Amino acid sequence: MQIFDIFLLEAVLNGILFGGVLALLALGLNLIFGVIDVVWICYAELMMLGMYCVFFLHKVHGLPLVAAFGAAVVLVAFLGVLLHVLVIRPVLNSEPINQLLVTGGVLTFLQAAATLAFGIDFRNLGVSMPSLAVGEISLPWSRISAALTALVAMTALYVFLKKTYLGTAIRAISQDRAIMPLMGVSPSRIYLLTSAIGGALAGLGACLLVLQYDVHPAIGLTFGPLTFMVCVLGGLGNMLGGFIAAFIFAQLIAVGGFYFHLEWGYVMAFGFFIIMMFARPQGILGAK
Amino acid sequence: MLELSRVSAGYGSFQALFDVSLEVRAGEAVAVIGPNGAGKTTLLRAISKLIEVSAGEIRMEGRSLGDVPAHRIIDLGLSQVPEHRRLFPRLTVEENLRMGAYTAAARPKFAQRLEMVYALFPRMKERRHQMAGTMSGGEQQMCAIGRALMSGPKLLLLDEPSAGLAPVIVQSIFDLVRKIREEGYTVMIVEQNVRQVLKVVDRAYLLEVGRIKLAGSAAELLASAEIQKAYVGL
Repeated sequence: MQIFDIFLLEAVLNGILFGGVLALLALGLNLIFGVIDVVWICYAELMMLGMYCVFFLHKVHGLPLVAAFGAAVVLVAFLGVLLHVLVIRPVLNSEPINQLLVTGGVLTFLQAAATLAFGIDFRNLGVSMPSLAVGEISLPWSRISAALTALVAMTALYVFLKKTYLGTAIRAISQDRAIMPLMGVSPSRIYLLTSAIGGALAGLGACLLVLQYDVHPAIGLTFGPLTFMVCVLGGLGNMLGGFIAAFIFAQLIAVGGFYFHLEWGYVMAFGFFIIMMFARPQGILGAK
Repeated sequence: MLELSRVSAGYGSFQALFDVSLEVRAGEAVAVIGPNGAGKTTLLRAISKLIEVSAGEIRMEGRSLGDVPAHRIIDLGLSQVPEHRRLFPRLTVEENLRMGAYTAAARPKFAQRLEMVYALFPRMKERRHQMAGTMSGGEQQMCAIGRALMSGPKLLLLDEPSAGLAPVIVQSIFDLVRKIREEGYTVMIVEQNVRQVLKVVDRAYLLEVGRIKLAGSAAELLASAEIQKAYVGL
């Protein structure tokens, strides 16, 4: 074997691009957990609905792709608020297991509802983008633009959380919820805003995924566990940890898939996850 | 400025305050003293609407707080430094101060008040990029007081500012309170450290088992046999 394998380099680059998208998916889930202390098990099902939204608006109703993307982000942001008000708020002070069960129930509900409404067909958006060819390496533009969009969105969220009053309040509320009213902050409003941002991130994730993957009612089962594991590996609620974990996971999947077979890439990633859970159960950057 | 008339409050079926009436006038410093568990913190929590009163009325500049939601109390000019400081440990000093200026009225004055707080506590300026949770107890108390001043309050409520601090630091905390008085703030302070607090306030109330037992000027209370025996001791 050559010392420098051009196809290995391609796999690494693909892994980086996939890592960017995974990092964005994990960010929304991490934000919700870090701030509200609840895991949206049905997070990937919200993405599934966003993907259908893009598919129907663009493919069926002929809306421009950008408009369909915008609508999906707004729709899923709204679904995030709805999820918070109808499902999360009543169990906010319940046992964590109850919170898991209700959002798990929403997962099953959304999957079943999507099957009834849209059937089990795999639907393809049918947008084909050319590939970027550098020498012998070829990278699809759909992946490059998805990773770049994810990067821009993550930077924007970081600046928002770091530089604005609302963003600072979102970080503060996870550290001491009880005294927020003394600052003039209404905790319930911050929770609504956070749910909307978490939803919007899931909606944006849906836009990036629908460019590369077919939509079907069970697509959430492909990305849900992956997203959740990225969050746990990074330290649940730790956004920087999730970012790093996303790239580790994506690299294992891409390079593992390159050496053996795509499915083996996933096996390696999950195997690594299990080992890490024994070695460092609090996550890469999580506090004990 | 602040008026409590026959206020009762508690947690669930447990009543912690019984018929408490007191008053803080503009420009004054008033202390509420009493032993642990007397209801002092409950009193401040009721004023800030962190708990609802079950009977009686609280008024700020004549306006009843009855229908004001908890997060709007600060808009009336009431700012509280909570017990144990309660800084946001993983925010920097400056971010904690920014949270103190969260209200719409306070935001335009953020830069100006930040300078004011830094002038009052130069140590906070040195530490402005440090995580608040990594500072010493005394420094955290400065930051907590600074945070409460960022909203430009008319009345500053201090809950046990000396609690949990080393004896050497306690003295400097009371010096801080004196300094804040000199800045012209009206102050209401809840304390167990009776002897020290009576040196920095004008008047005081003695709270015992949820009821006001004594009221008077700081000098009167300091001289009273009851306070001498039970609290100043030695």
